[in-house]
Amino acid sequence: MTHLPYIVASYGLAAIIALTLSIGAALRLKKARMRLAVLERPSDRTTGATSSL
Amino acid sequence: MSATPTLVARAGTFFHRYANPGRFLKLGARLQPWLTWPALLLTLVGLGWGLFFSPADWQQGDSVRIMYVHVPAAMLASAGYAGLAVCAVLSLVWRHPLADLAAVEIGPVGACITALCLATGSLWGKPMWGTWWVWDARLTSVLVLFFLYLGHIALIRAFDDPQRGYKAAAILALAGAVDLPIIKFSVQWWNTLHQPDSITLTGAPTMSSSMLWPLALSTLGFSLGFAAIVLARTRAAVMESRIRSLLSSPRRRAGNTSGDAA
Repeated sequence: MTHLPYIVASYGLAAIIALTLSIGAALRLKKARMRLAVLERPSDRTTGATSSL
Repeated sequence: MSATPTLVARAGTFFHRYANPGRFLKLGARLQPWLTWPALLLTLVGLGWGLFFSPADWQQGDSVRIMYVHVPAAMLASAGYAGLAVCAVLSLVWRHPLADLAAVEIGPVGACITALCLATGSLWGKPMWGTWWVWDARLTSVLVLFFLYLGHIALIRAFDDPQRGYKAAAILALAGAVDLPIIKFSVQWWNTLHQPDSITLTGAPTMSSSMLWPLALSTLGFSLGFAAIVLARTRAAVMESRIRSLLSSPRRRAGNTSGDAA
């Protein structure tokens, strides 16, 4: 295969960017979901916490 | 004064139907796997096909395989910015609450994909043109697009009041949209080192179907992946906004205070 270093660098960069963005988004979503679940627990509702944006 | 709602008002009603955060989160959760898994599958098949099974170009040799990353990244760089401009219109005209959140999340993803487009372009240019970079119209206009993304990200964070940041960034997104037709037509308007478009809406593609198929699959995969990442980030942003609202609610603070006192 000709120009192999350039091809490997291109695909490697694409993989790094895709993995960083997707893992970052998944972790952020998981953290937000867990935190929201804690805040919206039924015991919190007795204190009158409302869920609005 | 006419009682009939105008087109703008009707469109506003339509868009605000999907502005409810709870409805968006429900719809987003349902949509997420339908974007994520096909994106992964199509990208892997498209890139694998392009890397191992599609033929080398008679002129460019194997370096043409960079196309399967570069072209989808280039298309998405422009499409992402168009999405940013649509969010800007929704925010400025209809004050759609989710449009600002979506714009905040599109910006960094768009900047990354534009950086990937520029980097893979350089990696393709070096063996083909003998240089990493030339200041020709296509390359320069894409570099401007990258700076527009960075400017958008910086403007949002530049104000203490987030609403002012959203508004300034929306105006920049709209003004910057003028760069999109310049990128598209730069290879026709100016004599550039960058090759003209091989795929157009009006004409038949000027490449072999053995290259066109993997390119189409990887482009579709990248597009779905872009949408999946933006959707996941926007869902997280909506949840974080809800968390902030819950934490700052007066009743919760009062509850915490009485708890502390006890």
